[in-house]
Amino acid sequence: MRRALALLIAVVSLAAPTAAAAQCPRTSVADIEDEVMCPVCGTPLALATEAPQAKQERSFILDLVEDCKSKDEVKAALVAEFGEDVLAVPGDDGFDRAAVLVPGLGLLVALAGITAATVRWRRRPRPDGGAGSGGSAAALGGSDSARLDADLKRYDL
Amino acid sequence: MNRLLSPLPVVVMVGVVALLGLLAYGVVAKSPDRGIEAALASGETPPAPDIRLPRLGSDGEGSLADYRGKVVVLNYWASWCEPCRAESPLLQRWHERLEPRGATVLGVDVLDATPDAQKFIDEFDLSYPMLKDGDGDTQKDFGVAAYPETVVIDRRGRLRAIERGPVDDAFFERHVVPLLEEPA
Repeated sequence: MRRALALLIAVVSLAAPTAAAAQCPRTSVADIEDEVMCPVCGTPLALATEAPQAKQERSFILDLVEDCKSKDEVKAALVAEFGEDVLAVPGDDGFDRAAVLVPGLGLLVALAGITAATVRWRRRPRPDGGAGSGGSAAALGGSDSARLDADLKRYDL
Repeated sequence: MNRLLSPLPVVVMVGVVALLGLLAYGVVAKSPDRGIEAALASGETPPAPDIRLPRLGSDGEGSLADYRGKVVVLNYWASWCEPCRAESPLLQRWHERLEPRGATVLGVDVLDATPDAQKFIDEFDLSYPMLKDGDGDTQKDFGVAAYPETVVIDRRGRLRAIERGPVDDAFFERHVVPLLEEPA
């Protein structure tokens, strides 16, 4: 009976931390540090390894992770401490707009360039005055054309 | 010449110019403002921007306007800043000397985690009032770019001196003590 009781206590004491860990949201400093900024360094926290503020911020996150906070809760705590700019997503005012505007502008410029190039290519003057692949053969001189015919014959199966 | 005026080169050139303009704007916008130094150097005493921030270690907000009539030594610091550690005992010593004469040191803890800031205050037994600027928003008003930085404001709320780096006894003797004799 005593042995059974001891065994039961051992099983319960082993299972208790596991159950607590299962309830604890699974996040880590590594999981969060690429989604938040080191405000003083001006880079994502993951890239700021040695800066004193980055070390402090990591320690702050670690304390919250050890307190079983979820990723969203940790981010909310960071925002409460350091403001919205701590999140590594561009804002929608001032220079931050460039993060959206520049790729958009680049895409528009690329599309305009491709459109203009396509229009010019389609409107280019053709030597035979028409379309089709025969035009390029007709543009060859007499000797080149004869050599091309001879080469093609060699590959006839 | 006609080739240059065709749509493709024009679009590319406009794109390049726009990108360069954006880059220039970014560089200028992120550069610290050194207008205060320029104004003080030319003998001007511009009014101090009024900042309003949460109090560190207690509820509510505080602002520079709360200290109108006093000489204010506004000190930007953070607990992770090594030079701030060396400077804090000196600020506390001067605060104790200045307070009976109508002056105060006012700390602004910037971009700092509150528990660490509180530990710092306890470690150095700092008794002067503290505000918390979590996102560093008010730094722009004073062109703060590194820590510590200290601004001296006279009894009439005008900027009188600025130090980009740790202050020492000579700074207080030269820039703060003379202001104590000025009327509000």
